[in-house]
Amino acid sequence: MRINCPFCGERGNDEFSYLGDASVVRPDASAPDAADAFYAFAYERRNVAGPTQELWYHSAGCHAWLVVTRDTRTHEISDVKPAQDIALERQNSASTTP
Amino acid sequence: MTQSQTFRVSGLGLVDRTKSLDFTFDGVPYTGYAGDTLASALLANGIRLVGRSFKYHRPRGILTAGSEEPNALVELRSGARREPNTRATVAELYEGLEAKSQNRFPSLSFDLLSVNGLLSPVFSAGFYYKTFMWPAAFWEKLYEPIIRRAAGLGSAAIEPDPDLYDKANAFCDVLVIGSGPAGLMAALSAARAGAKVIVVDESFAMGGRLLSDVRSIDGKSGVDWANAVVAELAASPRVRLMPRTTIFGAYDSGTFGAVERVADHVAVPAAGEPRQRLWHIVAKHTIVAQGSTERPIVFGNNDRPGVMLASAVRSYINRFGVAPGQTAVVFSNNDDAANTIDDLIRAGMTVAALVDTRPILPPAIKSKARKHGIRVFEGAAVADAIGGQRVSGARIVAAYGTAQTISCDLIAASGGFNPNVQVTTHLGGRSQWQENLAAFVPGTLPKWMAVAGAANGSFSTSSCLIDGARTGAEAAAACGFAAAVATVPSTDDELTEVSAFWHVEAAKHKAFVDQQNDVTAADIRLAEREGFRSVEHLKRYTTLGMATDQGKTSNVNGLAMMAELTNKSIPATGATSARPPYTPVSLGVLAGEHREKHFKPTRLTPSHDWAKERGAVFVETGMWLRAQYFPKSGERDWLETVNREVKTVRSGVGVCDVSTLGKIEVHGTDAGKFLDRVYINMMSTLGVGKARYGMMLREDGVAMDDGTAARFADDRYFITTTTANAIKVLQHLELCRQWHWPDLDVQLFPVSDQWAQYSVAGPRARDLLAKIVDAPFDISNAAFPYMACAEITALGGIKARIYRLSFSGELAYEIAVPARYGDLLIRRLMSEGEEFGAIPYGTEALGVMRIEKGHVAGAELNGTTTAADLGLGKMASTKKDFVGRVLAQRPGLVDPDRPRLIGFKPIDTAVRLRGGAHFIGKDEEPTAQNDQGYMTSVAYSPMLGHWVGLGLLARSEARMGEILKAVDPVRGESTLVQVVPAAFYDVEGARLRV
Ligand SMILES: [Zn+2]
Repeated sequence: MRINCPFCGERGNDEFSYLGDASVVRPDASAPDAADAFYAFAYERRNVAGPTQELWYHSAGCHAWLVVTRDTRTHEISDVKPAQDIALERQNSASTTP
Repeated sequence: MTQSQTFRVSGLGLVDRTKSLDFTFDGVPYTGYAGDTLASALLANGIRLVGRSFKYHRPRGILTAGSEEPNALVELRSGARREPNTRATVAELYEGLEAKSQNRFPSLSFDLLSVNGLLSPVFSAGFYYKTFMWPAAFWEKLYEPIIRRAAGLGSAAIEPDPDLYDKANAFCDVLVIGSGPAGLMAALSAARAGAKVIVVDESFAMGGRLLSDVRSIDGKSGVDWANAVVAELAASPRVRLMPRTTIFGAYDSGTFGAVERVADHVAVPAAGEPRQRLWHIVAKHTIVAQGSTERPIVFGNNDRPGVMLASAVRSYINRFGVAPGQTAVVFSNNDDAANTIDDLIRAGMTVAALVDTRPILPPAIKSKARKHGIRVFEGAAVADAIGGQRVSGARIVAAYGTAQTISCDLIAASGGFNPNVQVTTHLGGRSQWQENLAAFVPGTLPKWMAVAGAANGSFSTSSCLIDGARTGAEAAAACGFAAAVATVPSTDDELTEVSAFWHVEAAKHKAFVDQQNDVTAADIRLAEREGFRSVEHLKRYTTLGMATDQGKTSNVNGLAMMAELTNKSIPATGATSARPPYTPVSLGVLAGEHREKHFKPTRLTPSHDWAKERGAVFVETGMWLRAQYFPKSGERDWLETVNREVKTVRSGVGVCDVSTLGKIEVHGTDAGKFLDRVYINMMSTLGVGKARYGMMLREDGVAMDDGTAARFADDRYFITTTTANAIKVLQHLELCRQWHWPDLDVQLFPVSDQWAQYSVAGPRARDLLAKIVDAPFDISNAAFPYMACAEITALGGIKARIYRLSFSGELAYEIAVPARYGDLLIRRLMSEGEEFGAIPYGTEALGVMRIEKGHVAGAELNGTTTAADLGLGKMASTKKDFVGRVLAQRPGLVDPDRPRLIGFKPIDTAVRLRGGAHFIGKDEEPTAQNDQGYMTSVAYSPMLGHWVGLGLLARSEARMGEILKAVDPVRGESTLVQVVPAAFYDVEGARLRV
């Protein structure tokens, strides 16, 4: 499998480390349901057959965390973005939502 | 000397008759020519019997002329280069080649174990499973040793492989797999359009079937056409031709694994040259043009030497100039096999009969046979081959049931062709049954893959060329090159009709479906009767297709026979799919240079050369090679050395290289805030010029790592991690920074390799360092107290950092200089320290002193312990969120019964403690139920004069003074120990603040 790092270009997957589902977001520790939310964050994962967003780390490259959109049935990668950009978008949309 | 090459036909073949090569088979000398395979050279010398079969030890010959060969497996070379199970059909002949037949006892022609054939009821399908049900003792003592002797392949070399293996990467626009008419046309068309092209072929010569079949292309012979195309491709700077290279697997994103046999065709590789090379080929687009494999027909004794695939017969005649017999019977169900007649006659052989299962043959074939005076049997079949160690006749059964035997020494058989779809199924694609071809063709393909020619079911040369031209142009276009489909050269006409036919019911003798694994038609019937009908069950029950050839000549026949037995269609019965590798791959080439010391890199510390000069004993810790201890002459063993090192540090001064610690710069206006969120304790409150011990948790609440954070400016921290977790912690912190809190102004810089760092420990440490640091830095206790840090210069202007940290419990510092000054600094520390009796100490003394002080290390930070388990619960701040805080509060992790860190000492102080020993109540049995925890670290304390230990014990704080058994079942020891505080020396910590 080859991943097109936005900073380094296309590289073999042996340069990267896989973490997992990028759809889970670290919960607010001060929320009343924090215990349950963190449990789900740490342990509960969907097992998707189809396109998923997952976190990969360019460990043998630029050290960027990437959000890779990959189809688990074909391993086809349709999109790679810097995780920080997506995390900032997430934060901005959360702060503008009333 | 035997009579040489009596079966070589003059005027035929592509071998170089000016280059004669000597070789031996089972010790007997023979000759062949350059351009021969071992198989063709054996046939040229009239050798038909080349091996014994896997289970029944039946005599076997050469069935094919390619990599699909199930029978002719031989041992090549000898000594350390001995290589078992090589197919003689792909082994390129070289001067001095030594080959041996396999699996025979005591000799090939007289094999005692062929009696296995008489015991065949025992060896039938499911034999292994059924035998397992017999008394287990029988299996181990009786059956297994016999089977291991009786069933088997060649034997591997015992000495280490003396040859080099290499790895390489290649990138291209278009990868073409196979260099037959389709592959060459595809490569030509893609290369002419401007694409960067790689062409691989498993053979040493390019041209594929054009080398083996008589064809005319554009008025030239197929061979001449292929040579002209290869010459044009070779001349193009955009094209790389890779003969002797097998694509063994297709992987995601257009990545392929390939093995190039660089020097398998010579006895010993040239100096510095690898034997084989592993390629990772990355292609934007790939054209699979791997041709097809002829199917045998399953009839009685169809495994006898002299039964050969019709296409292989043509290969031996046309490519190698060898007549594989004198009198042939051609047996087939398709038009293609009839082409063999012309070649047999050209080779001077007699064709005794053409036997075709079809009731009516095409007139062209019939008239050709008549012209040569060949008897034609329509709607008939060869039911059995006659003969033992070689074929002497064919028993032909006609449609109306009458049988007659015709003398012959060769049966050229063809059951049609299976496209080589293997590589197209490696990524999960399913092959599809095509009724009119009676074959599986490729199914859904990745969008970057196309299939051309016979591999796609386009069997005629003209359709191969058309397919190649089209797929080549399309592939180039997909890579952005404007490509017009090349003009397709004209070819002679071919007949390619086939009528499905699998096996001959009238067979009287054993009829083999899978010749490599000795699976017979009767085994398929037995599997059906016993209910193993799905293709996956069939495979596992009979071992069909599970040999090293992955069933290239057997899977479809087995599947079709099961379909007939169950009255189902072939697609309803199953499909064929393959996994890498396409052909066997040696472990040597997969390992490449990564063997022995080169298996992983070795990281050397900045003081390594100096430590080597000092006679240090080194220890591998992860990738690092660290000084374990520094023996002095006269010391009896490591313990004496380590005791001296500890005592010297605690009474004078010692220096230890701690450069292996992970080191990370944390910069930015939010650096303090960031560190608060990743450590359990507060770091934002740390004053500039101060350092603090810190612990990090995983998000699940378990301790991850510990180290120190030092603050050099408001927006500039420097943190250390344990040696083992340096990479993991950086990755975790980058995730926190980029993903959890992207808005924080913080940057991370890994600088583990940039700094050489030494611990200088002991009562005289300050005296020593005072001679190292530059003025005006004041190293006095008042100006630079415990847990201070500073950026200074040392040794006359070298940038340096100094930290007053102590792992040993003594007055101690860590001093760091840029790594390139590490060697200088250690030498200066030792020379300046001479007046104080300074010594170097290694990781062993470091470990002893940390255990004496009760500090945790890797054995305690083992991925199961929490901060509270390690007695560090109070460090956790309650005023902030941090990674792991919420889940560390889970009931299971705050259970007071959890094992917690505590100290242990032996009741009998002469006794040695053992790491890993389990704690059991003094009067209890050593069982898992009575297990109360275990010893994590032990050391002999020279200060106390006995062994001390750290361990994890349930409800440990409440059990001070209690006596337990420490049971080490591995060494069969049980020692009485007492629970004591987890600090053995200078419990108040007075020594480090002086
Ligand atoms: Zn990168």
